[in-house]
Amino acid sequence: MSQFLSGNEAAARGLYEAGVRVGSAYPGTPSTEIFENLYPYESIYHEWAPNEKVAAEVAYGASIAGVRAVTAMKHVGLNVAADPVFTAAYNGVGRGFVIISADDPSMHSSQNEQDNRHYARAAKLPMFEPSDSQDCLAMIREAYDVSERFDIPVLFRLTTRVSHSRSIVEEGEPLVLEPLAYKRDTKKYIASPANAMVHRAQLEEKMKDLAAYAETCPFNTIDERGHKVGVISSGGAMMIAREVFPEDTSFLKLGFTHPLPMKLIRKFAESVETLYVVEELDPYLEEQIRAAGIDCIGKAIVPSMYELNPALLREALTGRKPETAEVEASAVPRPPVLCPGCPHRGFFYTLSKRKNTIIAGDIGCYTLGGSPPLSALDSVVCMGGGFSVAMGMAKAFEQIGEDKTIFGVLGDSTFFHSGITGVVEILYNKGNVIPVVLDNSITSMTGQQDNPGTGYTLMGEIAEAVSIESVFRAVGYKKIFTVDPQDLKAMRQTIEDAVACREPRAIIVKRPCVLIKRIKRERARCAVDRDKCRSCKRCLSVGCPAVFFKDGRSTIDPNLCVGCTVCLQVCPFDAIFKEEQL
Amino acid sequence: MSSDVRTIVLAGVGGQGTILVSRVLTTALIDAGYDVKMSEIHGMAQRGGSVSTTVRYGKKVDAPLVGKGEADILVAFEQMEAVRHSSILKKDGIIVVNDYKIMPLPVASGAAEYPDNYIEALSKAFRVIAFNAGEAAMALGNARVMNIIMLGAMVEAFEMEQFDWDSALAKQVPPKFLDINRRAFEAGRALAGRKV
Ligand SMILES: Cc1ncc(C[n+]2csc(CCOP(=O)(O)OP(=O)(O)O)c2C)c(N)n1
Repeated sequence: MSQFLSGNEAAARGLYEAGVRVGSAYPGTPSTEIFENLYPYESIYHEWAPNEKVAAEVAYGASIAGVRAVTAMKHVGLNVAADPVFTAAYNGVGRGFVIISADDPSMHSSQNEQDNRHYARAAKLPMFEPSDSQDCLAMIREAYDVSERFDIPVLFRLTTRVSHSRSIVEEGEPLVLEPLAYKRDTKKYIASPANAMVHRAQLEEKMKDLAAYAETCPFNTIDERGHKVGVISSGGAMMIAREVFPEDTSFLKLGFTHPLPMKLIRKFAESVETLYVVEELDPYLEEQIRAAGIDCIGKAIVPSMYELNPALLREALTGRKPETAEVEASAVPRPPVLCPGCPHRGFFYTLSKRKNTIIAGDIGCYTLGGSPPLSALDSVVCMGGGFSVAMGMAKAFEQIGEDKTIFGVLGDSTFFHSGITGVVEILYNKGNVIPVVLDNSITSMTGQQDNPGTGYTLMGEIAEAVSIESVFRAVGYKKIFTVDPQDLKAMRQTIEDAVACREPRAIIVKRPCVLIKRIKRERARCAVDRDKCRSCKRCLSVGCPAVFFKDGRSTIDPNLCVGCTVCLQVCPFDAIFKEEQL
Repeated sequence: MSSDVRTIVLAGVGGQGTILVSRVLTTALIDAGYDVKMSEIHGMAQRGGSVSTTVRYGKKVDAPLVGKGEADILVAFEQMEAVRHSSILKKDGIIVVNDYKIMPLPVASGAAEYPDNYIEALSKAFRVIAFNAGEAAMALGNARVMNIIMLGAMVEAFEMEQFDWDSALAKQVPPKFLDINRRAFEAGRALAGRKV
């Protein structure tokens, strides 16, 4: 049957058709929808793990036990999962094991633009790079065959445009595989130095065999149309190159890009007068092609930063700027903002007014607490970094004799991801840091996924909700303050109480995200009494998209407001009131 | 190089219903036998950010996205988004724009102004079809069908009436809302027809 699927949906379908039985992933744009689209397939157990390292380990365990298994993550997730992945490459697999990594060129929703193809070389993993949705489906099936034939995990590298673009896909029939009979194999699966010495040499042999496979891989294909110009490309860049180069250009489309089919590349290079290598991000192909002594034009003209598109490639080739008509007006930036009613707002508003305060933040919706007008963050590094970066700052200030109050701030999903080790660090090494968990009971930034604290699993089962407070207590924190951030007075008091507290303490800021569908809320909204408004603009400093200025007075958009009352609480003139029972 | 390929860009603010429009649009195009590719950037959609969707169709489509100066038509659900995305249009491109403003935070907080001359500035550079789709939707009795009014206007402006829009709507809209969406689609066509 033909379907119009996104790359992520097609990959999910491919996992089903490949007979995968166990999947473990952690959400992250642009990879999230792969696992969100596994729900129709009852044959696949699938879960959100607390983080990518756990996810990769769970999936690898399933492979060892004898079923096809998958893990999926965004590009930075592979940094977290790198440890088990590198060793899994040494040990090899039971049944097929595929690691899906989705890169985000142009950082549409990411903190960096790393090109994860380098991981294939560093970890010595075979790699597929699909160019569209049909590739996503078909290559997943091939990836499992490769994983089992060569006894090695396979890296499956997507990018935002491949993951989030839709194209027409031909679906196939699912494979039904007999389970493997499990037999303990200590030489294979125990990564001891003695075994690793053996695996190390085996891995080199596997790479040689894979290089031979690459030469005949059905996804490395030559489309011969002329002998003047030839283009080698892979992934999303391939489609852009096809679009831009003239009709009589020959193409070598590389769908399997580690190890590279150097003989095929050489043959192709010799068949054309001028060879281009078109890549998005780093010169991954180009450097290897050049190292093999083959001359080509690549990053000398094609940008190595940001997402590629046809206009950029055309400009790179011709030197001519794209033609459009100039509009004599410019748009004001429309940055993403905390939603109306977002529980993070009350916390950040309160801290934004506090003097001599340092706040090390983290990655989640609450990163937006660092934007104006709240502007209440000093740093954001990576998931789980909030507590530990705060710790380092605290130690540095101690060393140089600066007296500051230091908070480390992260969300509930981030707490379970890798915040807990920071909880231990602060207590163990006597940090003068107040750890704060912004517990909105969901993984919101990536689209409301469940996590270990929410009480539900990805497959919709009721689960044990892991208590954040109990974790702090078990580690040895003596005082845990829990507060509703929508009550600004209580919020302020709790912060001051925690600052004054001399024992190890933590704050849990608790209120569910307004976007959680299963929670029923009162219907309410706030409005401005325009006679009482004195135009002080205090309400604008909470940074709510529902509150704006009109004709010199504050106004609230009734379609956006959900009646959280944070603006009402900051108004010094009682000009804002709440309308109930709509 | 695929020269028969046409490119439509939908732009708006998270929550304005661009997704349903792109679904109806691609359904009609696929049913008519075209190769279709669609690409959306929706990472921060729920946080009130700017969102855009590219739909490309033809005998064979390669790239799912385009860059500056490459799109044939821009359907903007909000004025400022029309300006923000206008450089994606070819020189002789068409803009269908909802004459409606959603204040971005820098404007709401008083740090910037929302200019009054957007439609005028756009009209100097491109062929612009502007009308208030929100009011038209209210007149039909449901503010949410604004998006399908925009679709109808695009069909009129881009001369795409040969497709089976009715069946595409029926496939993508819940039966309960089909009737009002049909009327919205016709209203959009009429609104754009008057302006073409
Ligand atoms: C290593 C890594 N994995 C995944 C992501 C994607 N990501 C960004 S924010 C976020 C969720 C944060 O959830 P939570 O801490 O609960 O905060 P909320 O967004 O709900 O406020 C995720 C998964 C990432 N940036 N880095």
